[in-house]
Amino acid sequence: MDRVLTLTAALLQPLLLLAAAPLLVAWIRRVKARLQNRRGAPLLTPYRELRKLLGKEAVVARTASPLFRIAPYVVFAATLLAAAALPVLSTLLPGARVADAIALIGLLGLARIMLTLAGLDAGTAFGGMGASREMLVTTFAEPALLLVVFTLAMTTHTTNLASMAASTLAGDSVLRPSYMFALAALLLVGVAECGRIPVDNPSTHLELTMIHEGMLLEYSGRHLALMEWAAQLKLALFAVLTVDLFLPWGLATRLSPLALLGALAALVLKLAALGALLALGETVLAKMRLFRVPGFLAMAFLLALLGLLAHVILESAL
Amino acid sequence: MNLAALPLLDQAVLVLAAMALFSAFALLAQSRLLSAIHVFAWQGALVAAVAALTGAASGDVNLYISAAITFVLKVLLIPWMLHRLVRRLALERQADPLPYPALTLLAGAAIVVFADWVAAPVAQFEHSATRNVIAISLAIVLLGMLTMVVRRQALAQVLGFMAIENGLFLAAVASTHGMPLVVELGVAFDVLVAMVLFGVFFLQIKDSIDTLDIDRLSQLASSVEQDEDTEPPR
Amino acid sequence: MIWLLLTVFTPLAGALLLPLLPRVSVAGWLNLALCALSLVGALGLAVEVLLHGSLAGDSFRVDAFNVYLAVLTAFVGLTTAIFSRPYMYYVHSEEKRVSRNGMRLYHSMYQGFLFTMLLALTTDNLGILWVAVEGATLTTVLLVSLYRTPAAIEAAWKYFILCGVGIAQALFGTVALYFAAQHVLPPGANGLSWSTLYAIAPQLEPRVMVVAFVFLLVGYGTKVGLVPLHSWLPDAHSEGPTPMSAVLSGLLLNVALYAVVRMKMLTDAALVHSSTPQLAGHLLMGFGLLTFLVGAISLHRRRDIKRLFSYSSIEHMGLMTFGFGVGGPLATFAALLHMLVHSLTKSSIFISVGHATHIARSQRIERIRGLIRTQPAVGWSLLLGVVAIAGFPPFGIFTSEFLLLVATMQAWPWLTPLLVLGLLVALAGLFRAVQPMVFGAAPVGQYPVRANMLPVILQLAMVLILGIAIPGVLAHWLDQATQLISGRPLL
Repeated sequence: MDRVLTLTAALLQPLLLLAAAPLLVAWIRRVKARLQNRRGAPLLTPYRELRKLLGKEAVVARTASPLFRIAPYVVFAATLLAAAALPVLSTLLPGARVADAIALIGLLGLARIMLTLAGLDAGTAFGGMGASREMLVTTFAEPALLLVVFTLAMTTHTTNLASMAASTLAGDSVLRPSYMFALAALLLVGVAECGRIPVDNPSTHLELTMIHEGMLLEYSGRHLALMEWAAQLKLALFAVLTVDLFLPWGLATRLSPLALLGALAALVLKLAALGALLALGETVLAKMRLFRVPGFLAMAFLLALLGLLAHVILESAL
Repeated sequence: MNLAALPLLDQAVLVLAAMALFSAFALLAQSRLLSAIHVFAWQGALVAAVAALTGAASGDVNLYISAAITFVLKVLLIPWMLHRLVRRLALERQADPLPYPALTLLAGAAIVVFADWVAAPVAQFEHSATRNVIAISLAIVLLGMLTMVVRRQALAQVLGFMAIENGLFLAAVASTHGMPLVVELGVAFDVLVAMVLFGVFFLQIKDSIDTLDIDRLSQLASSVEQDEDTEPPR
Repeated sequence: MIWLLLTVFTPLAGALLLPLLPRVSVAGWLNLALCALSLVGALGLAVEVLLHGSLAGDSFRVDAFNVYLAVLTAFVGLTTAIFSRPYMYYVHSEEKRVSRNGMRLYHSMYQGFLFTMLLALTTDNLGILWVAVEGATLTTVLLVSLYRTPAAIEAAWKYFILCGVGIAQALFGTVALYFAAQHVLPPGANGLSWSTLYAIAPQLEPRVMVVAFVFLLVGYGTKVGLVPLHSWLPDAHSEGPTPMSAVLSGLLLNVALYAVVRMKMLTDAALVHSSTPQLAGHLLMGFGLLTFLVGAISLHRRRDIKRLFSYSSIEHMGLMTFGFGVGGPLATFAALLHMLVHSLTKSSIFISVGHATHIARSQRIERIRGLIRTQPAVGWSLLLGVVAIAGFPPFGIFTSEFLLLVATMQAWPWLTPLLVLGLLVALAGLFRAVQPMVFGAAPVGQYPVRANMLPVILQLAMVLILGIAIPGVLAHWLDQATQLISGRPLL
């Protein structure tokens, strides 16, 4: 009985995240609109967009290879699988036994490879530019992300995200310099990975410097819907990853309905706060020129590295 | 001993020291002069805070005095003087980008590892919580040197110089709860005089070669030794 | 005690007082008088130390080693002041290269520099030692840029930055030393007092001491001019006023080396039971030999006369560092003697060079020609100075270099050829440059200048006497210092 319950919870968590992802995006857009003195679209708009796109015919370029058709499904599935490695509501996560933080980064990497290949596949200028820029970002962002994970793994002695969160929950509250650096690095990497300002602008298809949107220009219909949804899921995934690693308080350690309800409330609050923060940042900052992006990501990498060093120097030898 | 077992004050000291280390990196990477001066002031504030917190944790009154001296000197006086110089020399908009930012930052990280390695035998014999700050302070000293090496702007070099002083002060605080007061005062006096001299120098450099770019200050090694006619009569 | 105060605080009073004097000529005389007063104090101090043994107080310590350097400092300070009075007056009133305010700064900083030197020598507190050595940079840096030419400003900037960064390493070393002391000393004891530290040195943690010594060596070694941290030295020497070059070469380098040797004594005592008891000595030998060889090779193909002799200073500092590194009574005695004769000879050479540059109105070697015809006194003094510095008998440098070679042959025979080779290379470099300057055809329109040759004659005579026979008192004195440093007397 217990096992069934756990399995159900494990299956439900990524699905919950998938369902909530458009809402998070809508919330960010809403806050941003308010900050810019606009009323903003209703919170359900992203769902409507997805439904509309799913109902439309998918047009595929004549030059495109089969890879172009497969890519949206692979991207979507890989992102969803990555989400399954995350403790969304509860730290009791059977999926976590086979997938830890490194697998999560690998799955995201797979999704990205497919995305860039698809961007190149149609042979358009924007697709190729977007793909090359995406790879530029990845080159810097992925090592930084790995370093963040390593820093935390050194403290918690595991790379398993659920165990990490559980161990942080179990321990006393400690001021850790390494966490401070790792959090800052993760925020920077998250911004870059999810294509938000100041690295990329998610709300335009017209800029010559676009990255993510450039790769999606040739997609339409259900393909586009899957791609968009995967991108939204990725944003939610990074948000949950951040709160899981650094603010896990509220996560359910038991599978009682009350604990789960509390975890849900805590999650909603935390994601809302994080989303508002992101919206605020996007309002305050301007998008940077593309050639400054490596500097931005080098900063993230440096912060992650400093986190690791701070752990080794200041925390481990005690 | 576990980090969680430390008193909160000591934990805060570690966090502040780590932030001071980060500020050393920020100083290294910050290309705008005015922002770099602000970063330097922040670093001074962090170091002074470390001294004050160490004083609070150990009940050492001398440390409060050192912290106060540092605060006045490194957070208020020197940044103010640098600000004035920047305004006087009209350098507000001057930027001095690093030639190889990624490489420089990686070198900085390597320096931190090296500092840890060098300081390990020293830290081994201390049992207080702040002993690991010795490595951090050495790293700040070496990063200050790196700043002076990679920067072409005279004012940025001065900031590196002053950052070295910050690192030394942090080392003294972390390892021995500060030097005796008379030495502390002497060092502070030297730093202040050095800053005044730097100010005098900038005006002289500006007068004589009309720029503060250190690359222009490389005549001696080459031309005076080789050129025939550039030298003024003695 | 009164002698000590007289020695150290006369220059401080001078530094504060001299800028207030409006008349340049009076300031020059007063500068001279203050130096003489300080020398009287130093001599009194020396007599006291030689009769009653070393003095130690809360914050100072005077023993045979530093009192000998203090007397040397005060003496060279005085002779250079004698030279500097007419020289700087000429620069001020005839060449118009220094304004009246510049002269006030010059005199004040000259005394300030002597104060920091004497303070560094007599203090017992390693922190104060650091402050004083840093203070020496601060007082001289504006003098290096006194002429305000771009080259002078560049030299001063380099000097400031390089020495500032270097000396910061020494402060880190001092902190590490204090740290080591705190683990041994009871609370409340002065962990920066050299005497205290020396007494408890065997208990100091060797590994910490190694780290501390490396930092101290790099820090004070920058001031000594050890390769590869020497590049400030030729610039600062060549671009500053000539009296400054004389005191920088004759005094500052000595005091920095003094600091290094003090630290080596501590480190040796602390490492005596460790697996590497000779580490400090070996480091000094390595850096010293490198510095010596690089200095000797750099003597060739110089175009600026003051740069030529500053490279010669680098070479000799390397030799002394090497000597202290070899350790043992003989090598230590040789190094101490070398410090003495080098200071005297080198400052006398810079005085001659100052006159020579005034005669030729240039610092470029190819423009200085035929000194011996234009003004025989300057020509001869330069020639004799160079003969002395190159290590010819019967001058004192020959004695000290000979002793050092003997000591090296005893301890490290296979290093002797390197030393001899270096000496020969240096000799060739010096004479190649000096021979035409002294004997070449004098250009038309070159006239003698007013020159006060008294300091040069005095100093070269002393070097000569030291080369022929070291007076008993002085030998005994140096021997006491040798015993302090190496543990055993030589004689």
